[in-house]
Parts: sequence; C-alpha cells; structure tokens
Amino acid sequence: MIEALLPSALDLARFQFAFTVVWHFLFPAFTIGLASYLAVLEALWLWTGRALYLDTFRYWLKIFAVAFAMGVVSGIVMSYQFGTNWSVLSDRAGPIIGPLMGYEVLTAFFLEAGFLGVMLFGLNRVGKGLHMLATSLVAIGTFFSAFWILSANSWMQTPAGHILLPDGRFVPDDWWAIIFNPSFPYRLAHTVTGAYLTTALIVGAVGAWHLLRERRGKEPVRDAGMDTATTARFRNTAHGLVEGGGDLDLPGAGRAGVARGREESERALNPRAKLMFSMAMWMLLIVAPLQVVLGDLHGVNSYEYQPAKVAAMEGHFPTERGAPSILFGLPDAEAGETRMQIAIPKLASLYLTHSWDGEVRGLNDIPRDQWPTNIPLVFWSFRVMVGLGLLMVALGLASGVMRWRGRLYDTPWLLRAAVAMGPAGLIAVTAGWIVTEAGRQPFTVYGHLRTADSVSPIELPAVATSLAGFVVVYFLVFGAGIWYLFKLFAQTPRPREGAPPQGQPIRTAGITPAPSVAAGADPGPQPAEQG
Amino acid sequence: MEMAGELTGWAFWLPLIWAVLIALAVFFYVCMDGFDLGIGILFPFMRDKSERDVAVNSVAPVWDGNETWLVLGGGGLLAVFPLAYAVVLPALYIPLILMLLALIFRGVAFEMRFRAENNTQQMWWDRSFSWGSMIAAFSQGVALGAFVQGIQVEGRAYAGGWWDWLSPFSVLTGVALIIGYGLLGACWLLWKTEGALHRRAVALAWPFAVGTVVAILLVSAIMPFLQPAFAERWLTFPNLLYAAPVPLLVALIIWRFFHALAEDTGRGGLVDARPFLLALGLFALSYAGLGVSMWPMIVPPAFDIWQAAAPPASQSFLLVGAAVLIPIILAYTGYVYWIFRGKVTNETGYH
Repeated sequence: MIEALLPSALDLARFQFAFTVVWHFLFPAFTIGLASYLAVLEALWLWTGRALYLDTFRYWLKIFAVAFAMGVVSGIVMSYQFGTNWSVLSDRAGPIIGPLMGYEVLTAFFLEAGFLGVMLFGLNRVGKGLHMLATSLVAIGTFFSAFWILSANSWMQTPAGHILLPDGRFVPDDWWAIIFNPSFPYRLAHTVTGAYLTTALIVGAVGAWHLLRERRGKEPVRDAGMDTATTARFRNTAHGLVEGGGDLDLPGAGRAGVARGREESERALNPRAKLMFSMAMWMLLIVAPLQVVLGDLHGVNSYEYQPAKVAAMEGHFPTERGAPSILFGLPDAEAGETRMQIAIPKLASLYLTHSWDGEVRGLNDIPRDQWPTNIPLVFWSFRVMVGLGLLMVALGLASGVMRWRGRLYDTPWLLRAAVAMGPAGLIAVTAGWIVTEAGRQPFTVYGHLRTADSVSPIELPAVATSLAGFVVVYFLVFGAGIWYLFKLFAQTPRPREGAPPQGQPIRTAGITPAPSVAAGADPGPQPAEQG
Repeated sequence: MEMAGELTGWAFWLPLIWAVLIALAVFFYVCMDGFDLGIGILFPFMRDKSERDVAVNSVAPVWDGNETWLVLGGGGLLAVFPLAYAVVLPALYIPLILMLLALIFRGVAFEMRFRAENNTQQMWWDRSFSWGSMIAAFSQGVALGAFVQGIQVEGRAYAGGWWDWLSPFSVLTGVALIIGYGLLGACWLLWKTEGALHRRAVALAWPFAVGTVVAILLVSAIMPFLQPAFAERWLTFPNLLYAAPVPLLVALIIWRFFHALAEDTGRGGLVDARPFLLALGLFALSYAGLGVSMWPMIVPPAFDIWQAAAPPASQSFLLVGAAVLIPIILAYTGYVYWIFRGKVTNETGYH
C-alpha cells in the first residue's frame, strides 16, 4: 500500500516540530552556560584587574553574539509554531502554558534582548560596573527563560493544578501547583546542569585545541613582555617534551630538568587557552558527577509519573522483581520483548526503586495505546545520553588526577580527549530531549490530550511546504552560522582581544568588540574598512 | 458563548485590558522592528559598504529587543486569547512561516555580515539582510490584510484552505507595509546619521512618504467594502462623527511631516527626530483606524475578545506580571536607547 507509506500531515507536523526544536535548543544549550561563564570572567576581571580575564571574556563574547542571534531567531519560530501547527493544543492548554510562556517573554526575553546590546556594544559607553550588571542580567535572563519554558514543558509531562473541562479545555486552578508540577524541579535541575556541562565541554575543547596547536608550534602567541626568542625557546622545550613522550620517562632527562622544562613550557603556553581549559575541567570534575545524581533522581521521578517512558528507556517489557539493567538489546514492540539483551541483573530495580528486589513495571502491563510510539528511539537515545554522561565524568576525573599531578596542560591524550568531547554536551542534551519528548508520546498533555488530537487542521501540502522551507533555511543559515562559529573557535585567543586599534580614536556608537574573522586573525591594527 | 453585554466585573474588564495591552505590544513591535526592517528595505539604495555598515550599526544594539515585542504579541495571544491564537495562526499559515524564515535570514545577517571573510560572503549576507527584511515586512502586511478580510471558522477551528490568505487586498497591504517600514527606516537614518547617508535618507524619505500616503488612501478606500461591519462603522451616521477625527488627524500629520522633511536637518537635535516621530504618529493613527474598524472582534467575523478569552484565572495571573514588568521593560528599553543616543558615523574604530 503506497498510501500507508506516505507520511500524514500529522507525521510531518511532528517532524517539523522535532526538527525546529532540536536545532533551536542547540543554541540555548550552549548560551545558557556561556552567559554565566562570561559573567564569571567579567567579575574576575573587575575583582583582580588582570587583563587575562578581560581578553578571555572578549574572545567568548564574539562567539556568544553569533550563537545567541541564532538562538533568538530559531526561538521565535517555536513561539509561533504552537499556533500554526498545534492549534488544538493551543486552544485547550493555552490557558495554562500560555501564561507560563508569557512570563518567559516578560521576565527573560526582554531582559536578555535589552541588555545584550549593552553587553556587546556598550563597554565604552557605560561604566565597568554597569557593563557587569548588563552581563549579569543577560545571564540571569537565560536562567529565567529556562525556568519558565521548562515549567511549561514539565506541566505537559506531569500536568497538575488544573481542572479539565468537559469540552477538553484545561483551566488553571492552582498556579503554584501548575508551575512547580511534579517533574519540574528535576527537569529544571537536569537541563540547566546539562547546559552548563555543554558549555564547559565546548570551552574546554577550544582551550585544549589551542594548547595542542601551540605545542606543535603552530600558534605563535605574542604576549607583552615575552620576546620572540624566549617564546620560541619555551615552545621548543614544550615541543620536545611532547614528542619525547610527554611524561617523566623521557630518556636522558633528569627529573629536575624535566620539571623545570615543564614549568617553563607552561609559563609560555597561551594563558587564555590555559584558563579556558582549566576552568572547564574544574566544571566537569565537580558538575558531571552531580549530573549523574540529578539524572537518576529525574529518572525515578519519571518512573513515578510516566512509567511507560521509563520502561521504553530501559527496554523493559515484562514487569519483574529484581529487574535487570539492559545495557544493549533490540527492543521489539511488536513482539513485546527486548531481544539479544546484555544486562546487569537487578540493577534497574536498585536505581528505580532503591531496592534490589523492587518490582519494576514493564510495558506489557501498560495498555498499548499508551506506549511511546517509537520505543527503539527512546531506548537508544537514552543510551547515547548516559554513555556520554559517563564519559564526561571520566574526563573530569582524568583532568582532576592530571591536575593533582601538576600535568594538566601537559598531557596530550587528555587535551585530545577534551577536543574530542567538545560536542558531547550538545549531543547528550539532544539525546536527552529525544528521550523525554519521544518518551511522552502518544500524548502532548500526558494522559489527557493525545498528539494526534492536538494538531492544526492544516493540509498536507502546506505542512510539507513549510517543512521543506525550514530544512533548507536551517541547514543554509545555521550551517553558515556554525561554520563561522568554528572559525571563531579556531582564532588564537590573544591579548587585547578585539580592542580598538591603537592610535585611533575610540568611536563609541555601535562599537562591536568583535573584528571580522579575517581581521581578527591579524594581530596588528585592523584595516580601516574592517575596523 | 457568552455575549459581552451579559458580562460584568472581571469577566468583562480583563479581556478589554488585555486586548489593549496586546494591541499595544503589536504596535510597539510595528514601530520598533518597523524601522530596523526598514533599514534592510533601504539597503539596495545605499551607495557602499560603509553606508550599509553605519545603517546596520544604528540598530545593532536594539534590534533584538525590538523583535521581542513580536514574541510578546504571539505569546500574549496564546495566554489570554488562546482561541484567537488557535484559529488565526493556522489561517495565516503560509505568510507566517514565510515571515519566520525571513526573520531568520535577517536576524543572523546582523552578526554575520560583520564576520564575512570576503566580498562574496559580504554580498550574500547583505542580500540575506535586505531580502529577509523585505519578505518579513511583506508577509506581515499580507497577514494583516488577510486577517482584516476575515477568517472562515467552524466550531473552534479554522475551516478554510491554505491559500485563503492570498487576495489582491492582502498583496496590497503587503506592499504597503514594505513602503511604510521603508519610510520608518529612512526617517530613523535621517535622525541617526549625518553627511552623505543623512542626505540620502532625506531623499529616500520623500518617495517612501508619498508611497505610504497613497497606500493609506487605497487601504482606507477599500476597507469599508470588505465587511459590512466596517462600512457601518465608517460610513453611517452618527458613527461617522466619532470616526471622523482619525482621517482629519492623518491629514494634519501628513502636512506636518512634509514640513518637517523640508527643514534643514543633519546637525542633530529635535529637528532631526521630528520626521521619525511624525511618521510614527502616522502609523499610530492608521493603527487606530484599523482598531476602530475591528473593534471588538479578534477573529473577524467569528469571535469577539470576550468569546476568545482564556478563563479569568489565566488572564489575571499574567496581568499581575504584566502590570509590574511592562513598565520596567519600557524603562530599561528606554535606557538602552538613551545609552546609544546620538549620531552614528562611519569613523574608524568599529566594525
């Protein structure tokens, strides 16, 4: 049957929402943490007066501007898509989720948008203190935004505090219960922590990449007070160390000599790249294990309110006492079993019920019309998220060990691992959202309103057209944007990053701290047309 | 469905207050994003890169805040008039999607055109900014025209097809909004720039102003024939008397505007700001005229604001926040504009 193979308007509307929301969330997942990182850097600069912090601040500010712009424009799409494509959901649940999103606009979007201009362009127009305030307000705005939108999302996952009218509309009864619905605190903590980890991994990868390049002699850094010959000597020392094995077993070198060489080489390394790498690794060391705990608590909460989702995540079909934790397997919804399991006995009971022999509900005890529609997707996305999370913990621990041994910047495999893990946060966050969103199917408002009943009366060709438009435009525009982001990552973080050219008047209006990519690669005065 | 006449107390007042608030949010959006979309619309008339840079720099610190009013308009509608949101957005599906895509092109271009590595990239980001601005303006105008013409409803849902929005009138309002935003952009540049770009802005303001006046006349002439309710409001006695001040004030503002444009501007001060403020006045009056026609319908001709309203518990909950936060937002938005006050020039040292 050809008709059966063709997607319906509902399928395309779902795919369009998934496509646009996944693209959108890549940017806030990065900028929520980056806004806070920028606030910390600026505060450190104001506190210590060290140019190192201001230089690093300016380096990431350019990147923030590009990523934030993409987050804004992809976010506007989301705020309209509820109406264009999910009009029945909007009509019925609008009285609940609408005010939550309204508060997001009033407390977060205006705050971010209003002070972003000051943050990006205003350092020479307002005082340092006011600029710090603007940076902090943008960072606080990103948190408020996460608060409200996650509250709305969580209410749809675990609805509470409402009255369901006979005509299917939801009416608010207790706003406190609506906002702080059962899954909200867990989802907020888990998501915001995930965003911080995402930023730390990207910042750490960029720092590590520049440290690696510098060791290979590809990245001359002209810090004031260090003449070129000294720099070269130090770099050669570092280079020799790396090539010679990079550890204490360097043949023919005494322990003291190696230590001195390392000390000198570290002094020579780009201090901004070191700062980024060091701060990012501290973050991972402390926060990645915390995230595992938060993730477990969120999972237990989901098990209480959305057992079908957790059963799909775990691949549990039968209800069992002492349920195993399935590491790998092939969930087969038709057959109602997970085939070819590799499992650890009783472990799932332990983390879901906190007892070795606790009973864990499987999908076979839940009516089929309440099963997530794509169980393998939920199952595998969950494994991607957890796997990457464990790798983050491992990277954080490895960095802690190396830092303790005084070789944080001096361990090529650690630096390479940090580079490789750069996108891990983005992938894990995306996988996590797929778990929670695909896992709450077939409902939009869990248990009350089905996805199939939420969709707008839009004809198939219209949805197909808009979906094609989104796919083309997102790959084109955001593809180009991400390409520029990589260009910015590749720029060596330099002293006086993006400062106005010396000897020329500082023109305040519309100053951007960011020279163009081409101009930024040139440490000298900016060409007039770019400048 | 209750009728407005039977409603008392909060059930009557809340939708009224919210209708005014959302109308204001949309109007703020039209004013503020209007002039920065206008900058993009005027891009093809600018001489070289340095002029375009100055033009973009004049709005770079504020465009993001300007666009947020669009999100408040949409989000507010979902919160307090969910039925209108659920019917109007599917009815205007294609123009709204087109607008969102266009806003992506131009929003990203703000950052990207300053990161371009060569002239080809620069050219494409400039096109992305310019075409994005034009298409966004056109789609908003089309959406407005289609909305005014009326929306086919069955039960609580849109019941028309996906091309219903397209009509000669909606195309006219689409073109009208491009011209109108172009006028706001020209007046903004006239205010915020000096030298050659300022002179060019003055020269552009004239034809765009004439175009805007023609568009206002055309739309006003057609409107009464779109729906019987409109004709009744504008062309029957005694309604005629209540509505008459709007066209009279429009005529007055147009007269003052052309006077202001003929003044010797370019050295700063109020005289430079006057054409922009008068152009905003023209927009305000046209918007008020639209309001007079539509009142109190929010999904013409099916639902009025009371029929489309969310339960009072939803409206009052958000109203508390709006009452506290909107004044604060207006204050800091004003403060940000004040920080970036004064002329923007193409002197060295930025971008």
